[in-house]
Amino acid sequence: MSLMSSSPRPFFSMAGFRYGARAAAPAFPGFIMFAVAFGTAAAQKGLSLAEVIGLSAFLYAGASQMVGLEIWQKVWTPTTIFTIVTVTAVVNSRMILLGATLQPWLRNEPIARNALNLFLITEAGWLIGTRYYNEGGRDVGVLLGAGVILWIVWQIATIVGFFAGALVPEPKTFGLDLVMPIFFSIMLVPLWKGARPALPWLVAGLVSFITHALLPGYGYIVAGALAGVIAGMLIE
Amino acid sequence: MSEFIASPWGAAIAIAGMMLVTFLCRIAGVVLMSHVRITPRVERGLRALPGSIILATILPVAIDNGWPALVALGAAIAVMTVTRIDLLGLAAGLGTLSVIRAFL
Repeated sequence: MSLMSSSPRPFFSMAGFRYGARAAAPAFPGFIMFAVAFGTAAAQKGLSLAEVIGLSAFLYAGASQMVGLEIWQKVWTPTTIFTIVTVTAVVNSRMILLGATLQPWLRNEPIARNALNLFLITEAGWLIGTRYYNEGGRDVGVLLGAGVILWIVWQIATIVGFFAGALVPEPKTFGLDLVMPIFFSIMLVPLWKGARPALPWLVAGLVSFITHALLPGYGYIVAGALAGVIAGMLIE
Repeated sequence: MSEFIASPWGAAIAIAGMMLVTFLCRIAGVVLMSHVRITPRVERGLRALPGSIILATILPVAIDNGWPALVALGAAIAVMTVTRIDLLGLAAGLGTLSVIRAFL
């Protein structure tokens, strides 16, 4: 075994933590943009500041926060709570894949630090960590540093967006009632890898639209997303 | 069972539930990979998930809001495709929608 190809065993250092926090800087604009959009949309939807901060601090998963807004209620029933929790689970099930790729790096970490590291996992933090890992780095502090700084940026930007959104008197005039669908459609562009990988999306859209036309409630999001996953599994 | 759960408790319970399932998703990969392997088929399915969620979420909302919404989404996607700057894409979508609504 040559010295070049062998990476050190995973370890944790504060130097790595600081490195990770700096390495996360390129992800700031996207985070700020998304969190401000979320805060604005939440204010338009009539959520309180406590609810908005609660979602950003504890859920800390942008796509599910946005989808959750579509289903948010003024008065909750057991059914609507079950629905929003189910939709959240479906939207965030993609995180299972992120965690799966991190397992070799994290397997010997103490459980408490793993729990914190994984609580802070996002696509951006995962990308930064994975890039470092693929270059041979094994300092788990890098992953945690990126996770912590991105979480802080997310909270600040959410609050800024919330107050900016509450200031606009006639949101419909500026199209702000549709800021979430518009933002989601933009996110589709970097996901595009050609027509064939997008076929499941089409299936998802169709199933969602038909479900929405036939059934009340928000089950159409789960129905469409699951149809897309099944289509993805069937299409080679 | 009560007919409804009054705010803010309903909201707190909803957020707690959302946080719990999300945390389970976050740790599931590490826990699962210690025991089983994710097959290529399952991986393909998970890969299709982000785009599927987006389409499943926005398509019914967009169609409910009529052609101005669809044109606005088209403008946002077009500008994003050309510039790759998400702020410009968002501005194009919101701008198109407000211009159409101003003339309706």
